[in-house]
Amino acid sequence: MNLFKSTVGRKILMAVTGLCLVGFISVHLIGNLSVFAGPDGINAYAEHLHALGPLVWVFRLIMLGLFAVHITFGVQLYLENRAATPDSYAVQKSLVTTFSAKTMVFTGLIILAFLLYHLLHFTVQITNPDISAHNLALDAANRLDVFTMVTKSFHNAFIVLVYIVAMVALTLHIFHGISSWVQTLGWSTGTSQDKVTAIGKLVAIAYGLAYIAIPLLLLARIVK
Amino acid sequence: MDLTLHVWRQKGPQDKGKLETYPAKGISSDMSFLEMLDEVNDGLIKSGQEPIAFDHDCREGICGMCSQVINGRPHGKQEGTTVCQLHMRQYNDGDEIFIEPWRAKAFPVQKDLIVDRTSLDVIMQAGGYVSCHTGGVDDANALLIPKPTADYAMDAAECIGCGACIAACPNSSAMLFTSAKVAQLAALPQGKPEARKRVLAMTQAILDEGFGNCTNHYECEAACPKGISVKFIAKLNREYLKTMMPTSTGA
Amino acid sequence: MILDGKAPTGPVEQSWDNYRFDQKLVNPSNKRKYKILVVGSGLAGGAGAASLGELGYNVDCFCYQDSPRRAHSIGAQGGINAAKNYPSDGDSVYRLFYDTVKGGDFRSREADVWRLAQVSNNIIDQCVAQGVPFARDYAGYLDNRSFGGAQVSRTFYARGQTGQQLLLGAYSALSRQIKNKTVTMHPRTEMLDLVVVDGVAKGITVRNLMTGEIESHWGDAVILATGGYVNVFYLSTNAMGSSVTAIWKAAKKGAYMANPCYTQIHPTCIPVHGDAQSKLTLMSESLRNDGRIWVPKNAADCEKHPSEIPDDARDYYLERKYPSFGNLAPRDISSRSAKEACDADLGVGPGKRGVYLDFKDAIDRVSENTIAERYGNLFDMYEKITDENGYERPMRIYPAPHYNMGGLWVDYECQSNIPGLFVLGEANFSVHGANRLGASALMQGLADGYFVIPYTIAPYLASITPGAVKEDHSEFKKSVEDIEAQNNKLLSINGKKTVSELHKELGTMMWENVGMARSDASLKDALKRIPEIRDEFWNNVKVTGESKDLNQQLENAGRLADFLEFAEVMAEDALNREESCGGHFRTEHQTDDGEAMRDDENFSYVAAWEFKGVGVKPELHKEPLKFERVKLAVRSYK
Ligand SMILES: Cc1cc2nc3c(=O)[nH]c(=O)nc-3n(C[C@H](O)[C@H](O)[C@H](O)COP(=O)(O)OP(=O)(O)OC[C@H]3O[C@@H](n4cnc5c(N)ncnc54)[C@H](O)[C@@H]3O)c2cc1C
Ligand code: HEM
Ligand code: SF4
Ligand code: FES
Repeated sequence: MNLFKSTVGRKILMAVTGLCLVGFISVHLIGNLSVFAGPDGINAYAEHLHALGPLVWVFRLIMLGLFAVHITFGVQLYLENRAATPDSYAVQKSLVTTFSAKTMVFTGLIILAFLLYHLLHFTVQITNPDISAHNLALDAANRLDVFTMVTKSFHNAFIVLVYIVAMVALTLHIFHGISSWVQTLGWSTGTSQDKVTAIGKLVAIAYGLAYIAIPLLLLARIVK
Repeated sequence: MDLTLHVWRQKGPQDKGKLETYPAKGISSDMSFLEMLDEVNDGLIKSGQEPIAFDHDCREGICGMCSQVINGRPHGKQEGTTVCQLHMRQYNDGDEIFIEPWRAKAFPVQKDLIVDRTSLDVIMQAGGYVSCHTGGVDDANALLIPKPTADYAMDAAECIGCGACIAACPNSSAMLFTSAKVAQLAALPQGKPEARKRVLAMTQAILDEGFGNCTNHYECEAACPKGISVKFIAKLNREYLKTMMPTSTGA
Repeated sequence: MILDGKAPTGPVEQSWDNYRFDQKLVNPSNKRKYKILVVGSGLAGGAGAASLGELGYNVDCFCYQDSPRRAHSIGAQGGINAAKNYPSDGDSVYRLFYDTVKGGDFRSREADVWRLAQVSNNIIDQCVAQGVPFARDYAGYLDNRSFGGAQVSRTFYARGQTGQQLLLGAYSALSRQIKNKTVTMHPRTEMLDLVVVDGVAKGITVRNLMTGEIESHWGDAVILATGGYVNVFYLSTNAMGSSVTAIWKAAKKGAYMANPCYTQIHPTCIPVHGDAQSKLTLMSESLRNDGRIWVPKNAADCEKHPSEIPDDARDYYLERKYPSFGNLAPRDISSRSAKEACDADLGVGPGKRGVYLDFKDAIDRVSENTIAERYGNLFDMYEKITDENGYERPMRIYPAPHYNMGGLWVDYECQSNIPGLFVLGEANFSVHGANRLGASALMQGLADGYFVIPYTIAPYLASITPGAVKEDHSEFKKSVEDIEAQNNKLLSINGKKTVSELHKELGTMMWENVGMARSDASLKDALKRIPEIRDEFWNNVKVTGESKDLNQQLENAGRLADFLEFAEVMAEDALNREESCGGHFRTEHQTDDGEAMRDDENFSYVAAWEFKGVGVKPELHKEPLKFERVKLAVRSYK
């Protein structure tokens, strides 16, 4: 089908999946922020999720699909674009593009690497077995103590560093991505262009700050 | 003023080129950039060397033939200006100027600063037209076109096909160029019947000709000497999305 | 010899309809057997190639630029005329016909002009159907403006880029045919010779500008639509690559060159700014609708800042001499007046070849904003080139060579005296007489290409056997050898002067002697100087590089070599035409107050020159002009 081959079709798939992923990170962020409400917040949230049973797996499959499409085409387009520009200029100059736009595939791959780590860390829980929720005592309400797992993890400066690097990458990625999809899906009109780009950047920074706040505040023991 | 030029010299399509340095002495600020190169060339010829080959024709900013990347910017540093309309008063005594050809896989260098841009013609041949016959068409006022629509079409139609957008694009994507034609014809009632076919065929040609994919850097718009807006790329994307909707005839 | 233009007889109003009705047709299934070569991809060539391809002929189209879309038609700014009479201001086919004949100072063929006026309306329909975004009013109807002093609003336009939009329309039609494989496009290919076999045009010889290879192409008919030759003056508004080469090579093979001395000098160009200048830039004549043209009355004031010169020390010379047309006086008149002012030492700006075009009164009247809306892009362009702000300080303008009414002689069918050779657009001499009206060249180019040649080529094709002569014919080989020999010669001279230096020498001399005002003495001087420069060229030019390679110097040298021969016919024609008419002004033939004096008694003919050898006086053939529908009258714009 043309959608999977054409230059615009694949971009549209990137935009739609990217947009869904932004949806995901939004929901995920709200969930994560519940750590600031203490054990009752995040542990309840985690239990809620688990209670969904098979739906969790449906959700995971959808996520897998989104990532698969987004990453496959992201890498494919990147390779094609590299092939289209074999020679570089002696004097290389950009006028309006951003570092973030130029590094989409790299920040994307950092996110991917992080994602694997993140899953191993908090979902499969094999990177730090000593502080994994499965090995910790249940909390006061007989729930898995996700809160302790998270706070303990983020008392480890190395893990925090990994998370911060990844969240910076994510921020950079959506710094370009959030306004980019408006254009890709044909919603920009010219006059709205600058505003959309500015809003996209602000939103990206807000997400970035919120995501980084979690490990950082925990590490600094500002939140306990 | 006296300048130092670093110019890309390449004997032919198969050769490896390199930057050569030439002095340009006694340049008047009233000269155009190409007249400055003419002077340098006359000097080279007289000393028995081959002059720098570069494309140019109208020298008034409309034919789209001139094509040089000057200090990293297609068409040089003056906004909304082709190289042929760039004047030396934009430069100062002692400046170093790097002059390179358009670089993209779809624009192979032929000699020095001259590249082959046939790929742009091929994109047009894929569908950049209304398939009307010569003669046997309606009266020109039979279909009314609101002024804003006509103006929008004209904004897009101002593209001179120079390829600076591609030269500037980190992906060598030809989206701005292609979208200008797609948007012009999609906006006008005459172009609507073929709009679906056109956008599919022209975007396919982009890839077939070896151009890259657009990732919304907008360098094209910044480099375009005619101020073609990236809103036309959004319009192209819209037109593409429309091809996925069913038509009223169900086809 | 008396030439016959083969104009249809009978009432001119019915001539084109009758012609088409009586015409022989080529059987549709036979059309693809005919191969037609179209040299040129401008309005005339591009439209012609696309239309012929669509009809089913096998078309090969050539241009020297890297894409057909870059032909110099792209540079036309102002607009295109048509007799639509949409504004209902009294226009009609007849009026456009009449204005064109009169504007041409009664030196064109009535039937050709009628046909042009008649098909003008189809052109607008055609372009709109192609998606050409002409200007519209708020109700959605096409907008018109009055142009070049016409008393009706019959000019259609697309901002300041009408030529571009029309050419891109033709280019789109051409692209469609290339896609359909009815047209094969050969960009970056320059025609260097016409191949004539037994007196009939059978092909061309070209140079592939990328590889330098000389190639032969056979064709059952050859169409030249190669544009203008005013680069003979070196500085002009034409593109750098515009040349006389294609038509001159045809002339050397026997085609007659008609009225070569009729050139148009455009009044509103940006003056020359220095020795290194390579090209002149035109600003649309529409500027004259609001700008007032003047020079200081005293030579002493010329160096002053214009704002320091009070109104009574200024000479608004067009308003003074032509009270009813004022600043809108026709091109030739307005150009010549500027020259006179500068000759009288009243010119302004560097080199003192310039007159003021002042918008102060217009700005006071309608505000700077309104002026910016009307002409903003022209003011910007002016500032880019001159570094002066036209709103604050009057612009400086000076006339520049712009267009040629002369060209290869053709009959009513656009066929030259060589059977099988057709000529379209600016390259032929046909409809504009001695002076072309603004916005009429675009009209002619598209008329010839879309609506004339598809009909008028048919009778010729129907009369021949397709593919009878191919590239293996000895004439093709000979032509290739001649060109290779010339190129090798040019590369071996290894003299001291560059091509552009010699071109500048020729151009300056032609501008002085065969420019806006010509006299017996100046023309004789030109005829003496041209062979001198030509000799110097062939003995002292320096062309570097190789012939079998991309070699722009060699391209330019070849073009200059042709200008150096052609210039002589031009001067010869101007010397022969002992009258002043349209763009041709002989100082001996003017009234007491300096107006052009035509001589209908002796010069109501087309002068068609036959090449007799380089440096040999060409032979004059005449085609008498008859005026049946229009009465000969003195052109007066007082
Ligand atoms: C600055 C400017 C403004 C103008 N404004 C107007 C206006 O407002 N209204 C108006 O009506 N007219 C205007 N004109 C005049 C008008 O634009 C031209 O007369 C007209 O466009 C000529 O069209 P053409 O098709 O005959 O030739 P061109 O468009 O000049 O095309 C010539 C073609 O021939 C090719 N060619 C030439 N020599 C060779 C060769 N040896 N081998 C191969 N190919 C060759 C070229 O590549 C090109 O494709 C203007 C002209 C200029 C210069
Ligand atoms: C949660 C994670 C992610 C989110 C929220 C996200 C979001 C987005 C968004 C919104 C876009 C813009 C689409 C457009 O231009 O229209 C985008 C583009 C892109 N993404 Fe992601 N993405 C994520 C993960 C990834 C990963 C893991 C990769 C791995 C390679 C990746 C690679 C890319 C690339 C290369 C682009 C550029 C495409 C373009 O600019 O057109 N992304 N992403
Ligand atoms: S969009 Fe602009 S930069 Fe690109 S080809 Fe057209 S005029 Fe040139
Ligand atoms: S030479 Fe024509 S646009 Fe520059």
